[in-house]
Amino acid sequence: MEKSIVQRLKQIVGDQNVETSSMSLHSYSYDATPGFRKTPDAVVAPANTEEVAEVVKICNEHNIPITSRGSGTNLSAGTTPLQGGVVLLFKHMNKILEIDEQNLTATVQPGVITQTLIEAVEEKGLLYPPDPSSMTVSTIGGNINENSGGLRGLKYGVTRDYVFGLKIVLPNGSIMETGGKLMKDVAGYDLTRLFVGSEGTLGVVTEAILKLVPLPAHKKTMLATYEDIDDAAKTVSAIIKARIIPATIEFLDQPTVEVVEAYNQVGLPTDAQAILLIEQDGPESVVTSDIEKMAGICKEFSAVTVNIAKDEEEANALTTARRSALSTIARLRPTTFLEDATVPRSQVAPMVKAINEIAIKYDVKICTFGHAGDGNLHPTVPTDVRNKEEFHRVEQAFAEIFEKAVELGGTITGEHGVGAMKAPYLKLKLGEAGIQAMKGIKQSFDPNDIMNPGKLFFEADQEEVSHR
Amino acid sequence: MNTAVKERIQQDFQDRMDRDELENCMRCGFCLPVCPTYIQSGYDETQSPRGRIALMKGIVDGEIEPDEDIEKTLNECLGCRACEPACPAGVNYGQLLEEARDIFNQNKKHSLPAKMVRKTVFDGLFPHQNRMENMTSLLHFYQHSGMQKMTRKIGFMKLFPESMATMERVLPDVPTRKEMRARQKYYQHENKPKATVAFFKGCLMDTMFMETNKATIELLQKVGCDIVVPDTQNCCGALHGHAGEKDKAKELAKKNIAAFEEVNADFIITNAGGCGAFLNDYDHLLKDDPEWADHAARFTEKIKDITTILVELDFHKMPLKLPEQVVTYQDSCHLRNVQKTFEEPRILLQSIDGPHYQEMNDAARCCGSAGIYNIVHSELSMKHLDYKMEQVKHTAATTIVTTNPGCLLQMKLGIEREGLSDKMRAVHIVELLIEAVDESKRG
Repeated sequence: MEKSIVQRLKQIVGDQNVETSSMSLHSYSYDATPGFRKTPDAVVAPANTEEVAEVVKICNEHNIPITSRGSGTNLSAGTTPLQGGVVLLFKHMNKILEIDEQNLTATVQPGVITQTLIEAVEEKGLLYPPDPSSMTVSTIGGNINENSGGLRGLKYGVTRDYVFGLKIVLPNGSIMETGGKLMKDVAGYDLTRLFVGSEGTLGVVTEAILKLVPLPAHKKTMLATYEDIDDAAKTVSAIIKARIIPATIEFLDQPTVEVVEAYNQVGLPTDAQAILLIEQDGPESVVTSDIEKMAGICKEFSAVTVNIAKDEEEANALTTARRSALSTIARLRPTTFLEDATVPRSQVAPMVKAINEIAIKYDVKICTFGHAGDGNLHPTVPTDVRNKEEFHRVEQAFAEIFEKAVELGGTITGEHGVGAMKAPYLKLKLGEAGIQAMKGIKQSFDPNDIMNPGKLFFEADQEEVSHR
Repeated sequence: MNTAVKERIQQDFQDRMDRDELENCMRCGFCLPVCPTYIQSGYDETQSPRGRIALMKGIVDGEIEPDEDIEKTLNECLGCRACEPACPAGVNYGQLLEEARDIFNQNKKHSLPAKMVRKTVFDGLFPHQNRMENMTSLLHFYQHSGMQKMTRKIGFMKLFPESMATMERVLPDVPTRKEMRARQKYYQHENKPKATVAFFKGCLMDTMFMETNKATIELLQKVGCDIVVPDTQNCCGALHGHAGEKDKAKELAKKNIAAFEEVNADFIITNAGGCGAFLNDYDHLLKDDPEWADHAARFTEKIKDITTILVELDFHKMPLKLPEQVVTYQDSCHLRNVQKTFEEPRILLQSIDGPHYQEMNDAARCCGSAGIYNIVHSELSMKHLDYKMEQVKHTAATTIVTTNPGCLLQMKLGIEREGLSDKMRAVHIVELLIEAVDESKRG
């Protein structure tokens, strides 16, 4: 990057907020996605929307790519600066600006840690439901740009269901506000929704108005184990069919249970073929009756054991085990690939079975866990990226998993985003017409392609990225 | 750093760093929220465990040249290892850090004064218990001859960094040489005999903190332990290991292993979280030494913190009493993160009749003592300490309990800096427990 540009950036955000040392650049060259890395040219940490706008203007003027980055927990290489340029940090823009108890909204800057927001609103008896597994680390800005899901998705929906309004810096540097503290707002296109899940490819979110709901008074957790995956899947369908919508129904298969238990020691039976972790929240009477009904359904579908957590501590231990599933699988091998193929919930059993067959076919280990209630599965492959031959088989297995998911009426990604990792498969889901429509949107917002380039859309001649 | 040095460092990284361990970091970022330097730096990735591992790996893979910036961020890590229990992939960060620091250090030309200090401390002082005794008796002379009074009066300590000057005020009243020489090598159990233990006395604990060691032995006697104190033991080597002096650490480790093999005890007891953790790592330290690896493994199996054995032998069920006061506990990072001992001290403190135990917010976060960190990175260390004292004040505690001499001195320093020395004190847990035993005897 030209020195004069670095100088101008420093004038905007201050010397200490533009990093160009080789150490800093290296430290922002990656996110949590294995196999992707690219060194940016500068790391810039603005303090407010106006500074962001000024930075964006300069970048637009000089065709400099901008990759917005929260805590870098992305799993689709969405926050790796694949074409260099500027990595935009929000470490100074991390304030909760307001919790409005009359309108039940929170106004926040993008750098707020998800867990921090959840705790702050809980203190006021409110709930911000989206709870991705990385919530102790991830930022709200990242959650919005990826439209993150979480464990409570089944009952409460995902991030997009909780974004009322956004402040956005557009690629030309102008500042736009969408939505507001409004339940109803049909003034034109729904730009709020367009930006939620746009993966930083359309602009920079610098503020958000989020919807809150009353904190449920009561919560109960239960765990059922199965000797047969099919029985677990049937249980999920039967619960929904009985008109019960639990807060979460999480699924862990046997290889997952085994490693999770080894690390967390919460007393999971490691020989079970499938485990369902079910949680319900709400008024105590409803929770108790729902849990009882669901326990009955579990038994009806041949659950080997059904345990209702006695207290909060026991419940927390069980959910902690599920939350750490991904990272725990990382103990098996040096590299861990985590996907999020998602199917209609009625198709969970066929999908899990297909994954198991694909694992055998390509001779790779696949641990599958995920949000069975909303069909969002996480087939996870412990491997070693240094073993090229095995890595190739892993790639083949994933390609087939994506095809199968789409065939079952599902999608290639439920909550991690397309990024660079799944860009080659986007066409599977969208078809040519869908891709063209999205490219049209991208083109009209960001004609110079400075916003997180190299993501979403796959170009055959895309620059080869470092695979280490 | 010139090109030749950089090349040598890079080569050493490639030869010596554990590549599998580096690869094990999946960059999930779960370490970020527990890392004191990441938080203190205002969320700078280069100051986080994930960032530091990426830099080490970058050097190994030839993606980045080793330079002063990287050396600095590695040195500014507290080494508290809070990232290890938080790491789902089980990456052994502490061992990676030590290896990386050792490589930088070996390829470094220290400035003459730094070299002299390092040589005096690492070669001349800590490995030699008699010299530690000499230094301590010098300190005793200083404290009791009127010199201390005079020094303070003429403001000599103002010439030193603020934390060191304050440190001078909070050093414990140390024993005389005669008192130090009067230590026994064998102590017999009281009550019913339950175990034979060997006591790792530690170099600092045995001199500057002799009272703490005395209390430890008394507690062990009370729970029915026969105690052997091998006199050929020496400094654990933690300070050397953490500061990039690995070879010296290995020498000390071998001497200790030999010393404790002579007395065949059930357990080896420590009362310093930092030493205990390093003793626990001897098996890793000597894993490539065919002659010593097995011995080291057997040695580490026997290491137990004083709080662990006290709980195991039901000390907390004995009558314990103290006047009403609010007590809080500051975790020793290495006791918690490496030895995984954090419940036992709390069980013990909550079993005392009278005081109210108040858990501190972020009790597990490093106080900034971190070996010699508070001397070599004084300014950064004080930032960590200021945060810690804020949390202490919220508890309204009048007694801060610790389980490691470094933490103890740092908390004393914090109390002094906050001007709270007339209403707050810091103690090692064994001292409080002995007080509680004595108080309950008085009825």
